[in-house]
Amino acid sequence: EQTIPHCLTVEAIESDPVFSQENQYFQSQNERYEAAVRRAVYLQKKIREMGWSETGPEFQYIYRCLSGDVALLLHRVFIRSISVLGSDEQIAKWIPLATDYRIIGSYAQTELGHGTYLQGLETTAVFDTATQEFILNTPKISAMKWWPGDMGRSATHSLVFAQLYVHGKCYGVHPFILQIRSLQDHSPCPGVTVGDIGPKMNFQHTDNGFLRLQNVRVPRENMLSKFCEVQPDGTYVRWGSQKINYFTMTSVRIAILPGEVILPLMKACTIAIRYSAVRRQSKLKPGEQEAKILDYQTQQQKLLPQLATAYAFHFINTYLHELFNRGYQDIQGKNFDSLPELHAFSSGFKAMVSQHCTSGVEICLRACGGHGYSLLSGLPSLYTRIIASCIYEGENTVLFLQTARFLIKCFMAASAGQPIPPSVTYLSSVKPGKCPAKDKSDFLSPETYLKAYEQMAIRLISSSAAKLQHLIQSGVTKYEAWNQCTVQLERAAKAHCHYITVKNFVETVEKLDNKAGIQKIMKHLCDLFALHGIFTNMGDFLYDGYLTAAHMDLVTASYLDLLAVIRKDAVPLVDAFDFTDKNLNSALGSYDGQVYQRLYEGARRSPTNQQGNPAYGKYLKPLLQNTLSKL
Amino acid sequence: EALIANDPDFQHEDLNFLSRSQRYDQAIRKSALMVMKLREYGIADPDEVYMFKSLVHRGRPEPLDLHLGMFLPTLLTQATPEQQDRFFMPAWNLEIIGTYAQTEMGHGSHLRGLETTATYDPATQEFILNSPTVTSIKWWPGGLGKTANHAIVLAQLYTQGQCKGLHAFIVPIRQLGTHEPLPGITVGDIGPKFGYDEVDNGYLKMDNFRIPRENMLMKYAQVEPDGTYVKPLSDKLTYGTMVFIRAYIVGESARALSRSCTIAIRYSAVRHQSELRAGEPEPQVLDYQTQQYKLFPLLAAAYAFHFVGTYIKDTYRRISGDIIEGDLSELPELHALTAGLKAFTTWIANAGIEECRMACGGHGYSRCSSLPDIYVTFTPTCTYEGENTVMMLQTARFLIKSYMQVGSGQRVTGTVSYLNDLPRQHIQPQHVAARPATVLINDPVSLVEAYKARATWLVESAAKNLQAELNHRKNKDDAWNVTSVDLVRATDAHCHYVVVKIFTAKLSEISNAAVRAVLTDLCLLYALHGISKNPGDFLQAGILTNTQVNQVNQRVKELLAIIRPNAVALVDAFDYSDGYLGSVLGRYDGNVYETMFEWAKKSPLNQTEVHESFHKHLKPIMSKL
Repeated sequence: EQTIPHCLTVEAIESDPVFSQENQYFQSQNERYEAAVRRAVYLQKKIREMGWSETGPEFQYIYRCLSGDVALLLHRVFIRSISVLGSDEQIAKWIPLATDYRIIGSYAQTELGHGTYLQGLETTAVFDTATQEFILNTPKISAMKWWPGDMGRSATHSLVFAQLYVHGKCYGVHPFILQIRSLQDHSPCPGVTVGDIGPKMNFQHTDNGFLRLQNVRVPRENMLSKFCEVQPDGTYVRWGSQKINYFTMTSVRIAILPGEVILPLMKACTIAIRYSAVRRQSKLKPGEQEAKILDYQTQQQKLLPQLATAYAFHFINTYLHELFNRGYQDIQGKNFDSLPELHAFSSGFKAMVSQHCTSGVEICLRACGGHGYSLLSGLPSLYTRIIASCIYEGENTVLFLQTARFLIKCFMAASAGQPIPPSVTYLSSVKPGKCPAKDKSDFLSPETYLKAYEQMAIRLISSSAAKLQHLIQSGVTKYEAWNQCTVQLERAAKAHCHYITVKNFVETVEKLDNKAGIQKIMKHLCDLFALHGIFTNMGDFLYDGYLTAAHMDLVTASYLDLLAVIRKDAVPLVDAFDFTDKNLNSALGSYDGQVYQRLYEGARRSPTNQQGNPAYGKYLKPLLQNTLSKL
Repeated sequence: EALIANDPDFQHEDLNFLSRSQRYDQAIRKSALMVMKLREYGIADPDEVYMFKSLVHRGRPEPLDLHLGMFLPTLLTQATPEQQDRFFMPAWNLEIIGTYAQTEMGHGSHLRGLETTATYDPATQEFILNSPTVTSIKWWPGGLGKTANHAIVLAQLYTQGQCKGLHAFIVPIRQLGTHEPLPGITVGDIGPKFGYDEVDNGYLKMDNFRIPRENMLMKYAQVEPDGTYVKPLSDKLTYGTMVFIRAYIVGESARALSRSCTIAIRYSAVRHQSELRAGEPEPQVLDYQTQQYKLFPLLAAAYAFHFVGTYIKDTYRRISGDIIEGDLSELPELHALTAGLKAFTTWIANAGIEECRMACGGHGYSRCSSLPDIYVTFTPTCTYEGENTVMMLQTARFLIKSYMQVGSGQRVTGTVSYLNDLPRQHIQPQHVAARPATVLINDPVSLVEAYKARATWLVESAAKNLQAELNHRKNKDDAWNVTSVDLVRATDAHCHYVVVKIFTAKLSEISNAAVRAVLTDLCLLYALHGISKNPGDFLQAGILTNTQVNQVNQRVKELLAIIRPNAVALVDAFDYSDGYLGSVLGRYDGNVYETMFEWAKKSPLNQTEVHESFHKHLKPIMSKL
């Protein structure tokens, strides 16, 4: 039912030359940035013309259609943060200004010296009772804001996170609305030094910026104060958990998954699988035509698990979004009970999904041989973009450890017989002895592999907890003990997230019982996802003793059989992701399979072939003729 | 070295701020200048030329790479004395700029599938070269797009109506003097890539392009004036250049990984984050166990690959000496060794560079860290000179063949000699019986045995699975394909064993006791970390018990703490200058933040205080609403 507005939106965007991505691979940083700004502005016009809603499903389609290659996205984060963290008066004042683009906002949290560890931020906001203002400073070079998108060149305002000081006392990190550029001529405001942070691996279209503040003053009303406030006399009042300041970040971690993380993997799978069905290499059997590379077992082993992963994450994403929508409503009602679980979910899954998708995209890139290395394949830019997701919105290792902290807490609570949140109730289940599987087909039963995953997660969590306890009891300080266990804790958190993903995949497949055909294919993918996880983490499963060496041979056999089964449906399964050729923007991944023709046309359009070769006249010719005359 | 580092002619703007055309332009400028200087100083020794070139280009690829690395050596090894007279000196003097055109749009690693044709015409004593299909267009050769005026083209030779397989031809492609493509030649740049911005990888399409008979490289195979084909003595000899390049790539893996480790470890000693203990100052991120666990195993791998690179280069020299003497017996082993290790080391280094980059957090993503650049320059090594999976399977073929030989009672030599220890009878269901009763986890020599047992076990399992498929399906090729995942795994274990063995053997050659102690820790970390990453193999094969795996994991963590105090010194020992590293994060003096700010100010987006797009796009929307 969603497909009709979807198609209309796609059609409207793709037919518009302003949104064409055709020349993207040939543009410089300045050109990419300018094109992105032009698109963002033009998009506003278009949205109004077409009567689309900026909050409705259309925006998802638009974003998908533009592959995120558009400026002023942080402006949306700015708006969302004010709506969540601002008081009613602040919302009434700032939201109309921002939605009408009378101001352009950004979100400045990360600093040169600190990222994921928010308490370490060094920017200060000191309250001055006399003038009823906050004085903002970046007292040293490492305190400079660094990385915020749209800030380098575009934004007029920024939501700046700073350590709040009142009467010499520090109250921790709070958000302040700060004007950084003149609304007349766009020049930086007094006390503000702002600019672009220079070239990156990707995101050339985004002006990630730096911001240095020297005694910049903002009125008292510019501190976002839905949950806490500094009163005129300097009294600090708080109504909710301080953690709420991070709720934007927590929900952004989940919000980025479909568009920025899972979608690139789907695109990469589409490109690599379609190309593997076109590319031929060597002969599988003498005398026959050269085989499609997708018929090689090693190629299937690279790509098909990535395809299964894309589907697994598509389903876990649906699950997470439902969870977060419920949580958001609770918080609006000032009920903060679900925050720790939401936080643990957003951290662990952001880390796991981004890690798997990033390595998946890279596997797809390398599975396309030399042509994958050409920008025209679309894969290098997908890769350089998605890898940023392993760092931004929280570095993955740190995030896994946050989830681990939650898991250890829950495990301790469960051992003490206290109630624990629904997502971790499995921690209190009883340990059975051995896996009963006897035949390779037994491993196609979700019950069998789910139990194995569950056992493995419980074991990793309980053994880290035991180790931690043991260290503390032997006199090691809590902090030191934690550091000594972090390698194991990270593994435990990964195992937990992996287990939940497999479980959710199984449950999703069960719900498809009214569509038998689809259910059957999805069941194969689900089995493949689960068995691939066991195959690649054999040690963890064997170590547990729940599975034996003989079981592993069965898992391997079943897993390799599945590759051949899914091979038949591989191309329709990526076609179902429904990317248009324009959207994929890949010479290798086009629907019609005209790979070589497109590569050749792409190369001929390259600026290197359109302009003369100045290097010949300047350097090569003198060199050649210098020799000629000597000889 | 200072000669080049201080030569004002070789200085240039930060490459990160240049467009692709500008980078090509800079690289060509430096290459042209370099050749002039080489002449001026009279440098001709290949090793000295390589050194000079690497300093001028700071280890980066450049448009003359294929001229120096493939065109000239191929002339030396495959041209007749007459051909050398005609082409070598002009090419040495850069009157001729050459490249090596093998890969086509439709075929890479599978050489026999190449489609370009060279048909001999006895009437005019010429070869007629054609690219008959779109897929047969030559694609990727470096320097072909804009720089070269000649190419060595690999094409299927047709004479007297018969196809004689792939042969090499010297083909002029651009007019000397004007540099315009010759009639019948379509040539150009293949467009932007992941990296290699300074190289004009090119395409080449030939339509009935004629070259004289004497332009076929005829040291081995020949076509006589009447079209009679004379076979070469061994058709394997033409692959010599590729074996050499693969051996060289193993060294590249070590260099790329050691550069990345230098940057990540130095930066981790500068960066502070969070609290380890409440109330204390923020610690260096290098003090976190998780950070050490990311970086130190890679540091160990960088050292391991360094030793492997030296070993393989020496082996290559030794065996190619034998080949010149006419002894080809070790060629299959050399081929298998270079193919497998090329794939094994590039895969690890490729992932390792990324691990280093991500260990630097957000700043690793900035081009100023240099890590993105190292990655995009290195990652094609997984593909070029033989795609890695294809390489692994070639080595697997050698392993299986050796296994079969042992089964039929012959002895095998070299790196696979461990297969001789297999029990003769293969009827009993259980795998290898003889394996070390006790693995001593603090003894590298004992760990070599454990890796050996793992390789034996996996090679044997793969061979048995292959045999089972053969019995079951009877078709050799199908059986090979459905066993290929096992075969790659077996090869991986074989290569891993070789690396651990070489690293361990190196320890006894170190005379300085302190250095030996530190390197022994690294070697142990390399070997134990490999076990803790692949415990499944060791457990399933019964080489280690659960308790031992537990001890291994524990020991790995202890080693991290032991190596920590020496970590910075160990990367300093790689001895990369700041100029060569080109990384703000990896500076020797650790002055990261100030330098990063200065660097950013030079960004092209900052050239004016207000960017022109404000006036063009933003201002109109802001005033209208």
